[in-house]
Amino acid sequence: MPNAPVPPSLPALFLGFLSVGMFGFGGVLPWARRMVVEQKRWMTATEFTDMLGLCQFLPGGNIMNLTIALGARFHGAAGSVAAFVGLMAGPVATVIALGVVYDRYGQLPTVRHAFAGLAAAASALVLANALKIAEPLRTNPIGIAVALLTFVAIAILRLPLPPVLPVMAAASTVLMWRFRR
Amino acid sequence: MSDASTLTSLAGVFAQLSLLAFGGTNSVLPEMQRQVTEVHQWISAQEFAALFALAQAAPGPNMLVVTLIGWRVAALPGALVTTLGVAAPSSLLTFIGYNVWYRFRDARWRRLLQAGLMPVTAGLLMASAALLITTTSTDWGTAAISLIATALFLFTRLHPLLVLGAAAALGASGMLG
Repeated sequence: MPNAPVPPSLPALFLGFLSVGMFGFGGVLPWARRMVVEQKRWMTATEFTDMLGLCQFLPGGNIMNLTIALGARFHGAAGSVAAFVGLMAGPVATVIALGVVYDRYGQLPTVRHAFAGLAAAASALVLANALKIAEPLRTNPIGIAVALLTFVAIAILRLPLPPVLPVMAAASTVLMWRFRR
Repeated sequence: MSDASTLTSLAGVFAQLSLLAFGGTNSVLPEMQRQVTEVHQWISAQEFAALFALAQAAPGPNMLVVTLIGWRVAALPGALVTTLGVAAPSSLLTFIGYNVWYRFRDARWRRLLQAGLMPVTAGLLMASAALLITTTSTDWGTAAISLIATALFLFTRLHPLLVLGAAAALGASGMLG
């Protein structure tokens, strides 16, 4: 630890996440970590990992939750709003601009074909991410069974998520507890 | 179509998704698709996949498909309503939970619950992937792109944007049907 952490000001929170939002292609978290821990030193790597643990535990986008928790830590509700708006402003404006362009040119054959390719690779990104998340289950037969059952309920039976999620989460937690190693 | 009742329905749908999104917004894609294409029939399944792909081409968090759906259904007010709708409930929970968290961080029930949620999240993400891939694999060419791109994302350290760009270029070249 060469230097002690330096708490950010309110505008620094906003500007910091504004830049993270605009540069974070293909996942924002690694960029956020780099800025918060390595570049600006707002907190230590351990503190960051700890906070991320909370954000991954709760529902909602991990990075959105992180801006809320990190902002709250330094400046309460105002900090949360500053960090969150900073993160979202650029990407939301960009994606709406892309939507306008797509509406205007989306029917051109070249654009349509480019989109078919892009969409195929974008689905692959979700699959790769799912496989990475599922990888630690390899040695956990109960975990595999729970994941498979969830998959069948949602992807094949097309059951609504609001009842499936709490039932599966409760069953899974009880099973993990009953057969814990 | 951007009347008050549509905006209210949009807010309701995405606020509910917000609280179901354990493991991030990608794990609720099938439910999101079911709501917007089947229950409310705001857009078609094909449009849903196209908007998802478009969102991947923008920087920032991977929940931007939510913004695009709102924008497509009810223009700018729709975009703001869905974005805030999907963010507000989970953000509020994080804001409150942040203070409680440190008290229960090492509690056994919390660790058990986290371990229990993990395989459910894995199953949900696989369901999202299956849904997207079956929608976007319209022919052998696009299916091959998905397969190759998955391998590249898993086994190389290529920047994701590079792979997405290459796939779009391959599509534009007309090599896919």
